[in-house]
Amino acid sequence: MSQLSNFTKGFLRENPVFVLLLGMCPTLGTTTSAINGMGMGLATTFVLAMSNVVISLIAGLIPAKVRIPSFIVVIAAFVTVIDLAMAGFLPALHSQLGLFIPLIVVNCIVLGRAEAFASKNGVLPSLIDGLGMGLGFTFALTLLGATRELLGSGAIFGFKFISGDGILVFVLAPGAFFALGFLILIMNKLAKKQS
Amino acid sequence: MAKESTFSNMTLTLLVITLLSSAVLGFVYELTKEPIRKAQEAKINTAISNVLPEFDNQPSAEATEVQYDGGTLVFYNATKGGEKVGTAVKTFSNNGFGGLIELMVGFNADGTIHGIDVVSHKETPGLGDKMETSKSGFSVQFQGVNPEDFKIRVKKDGGDVDAITASTISSRAYCDAVQRAYNALKEGGK
Repeated sequence: MSQLSNFTKGFLRENPVFVLLLGMCPTLGTTTSAINGMGMGLATTFVLAMSNVVISLIAGLIPAKVRIPSFIVVIAAFVTVIDLAMAGFLPALHSQLGLFIPLIVVNCIVLGRAEAFASKNGVLPSLIDGLGMGLGFTFALTLLGATRELLGSGAIFGFKFISGDGILVFVLAPGAFFALGFLILIMNKLAKKQS
Repeated sequence: MAKESTFSNMTLTLLVITLLSSAVLGFVYELTKEPIRKAQEAKINTAISNVLPEFDNQPSAEATEVQYDGGTLVFYNATKGGEKVGTAVKTFSNNGFGGLIELMVGFNADGTIHGIDVVSHKETPGLGDKMETSKSGFSVQFQGVNPEDFKIRVKKDGGDVDAITASTISSRAYCDAVQRAYNALKEGGK
């Protein structure tokens, strides 16, 4: 597999949200606006890329039976790093995302990539895989956030261009399911056309 | 591929990994401690100057904490040229749609409300978060009123406050927090 397709597979072909349907908790919980989705996605990208690199380096040294606990410790360390960094340097976004940042630890994508890819591949492919998957996740979350923000409050990235309140259900939890369902539908349709 | 697992190499691997991770975390914690403290302080200071008339002292330097109603309220006294101009009260309500809401309520020296700012909340974006001063004019109706003759309850509950559309619970919690600040101020006499 070339490095380019290794990088781009996260966007459409193996998009974590639209195709693999992994990491649904932050996907549904944080995408009330485009900027929240993007912040969450970028934080996850950082954790994915860093933990993929470290895990690909140490995978050969870890006994098989303590593989998962070791991976989790590495991932948790990076999540805490990004949590502290955001609290210090981006306090506004940090208070918006709140609990969801520590929850990156249990995001299936991160452990999934560590287990399925990084532990079996070299450093560079793992880094590219982490970045690609993370940016694919960011792309999906931003798209979902933008859709919900547009329909729910008539704005994108906080710039309001439709006055009034919009369809309120889209900023609430049920709207996340509706919007995600329709986005997956559109993605599948596009994918079918391509093949 | 992975090595064979024996008791000693499993223990050793986990020990090394956790040790290294904690070292990294300790380092990052030291690195971010100062920015985090500053960010929190800046937030409080902005909130105080948003809700009070002009002052020339450092209200956050002489804060008084008061236990009240099962929580902590913080009083910040503002003076100008030695004369008291008002008090900012950091107050809270547990009745928000998303739990805890923290407000900074500024009172003039005569007990009327000068302004209100939201310190933290977890209300629904697009609905309850309209309580933020930047997102709607909800807080404007409190400016200049005296809680003595202005009932801080939403109109649905027989008060004088226009609730945020579709966010009665958030509006109620907001009123709850403001009322709590006023009660504490009156009783504390600070």
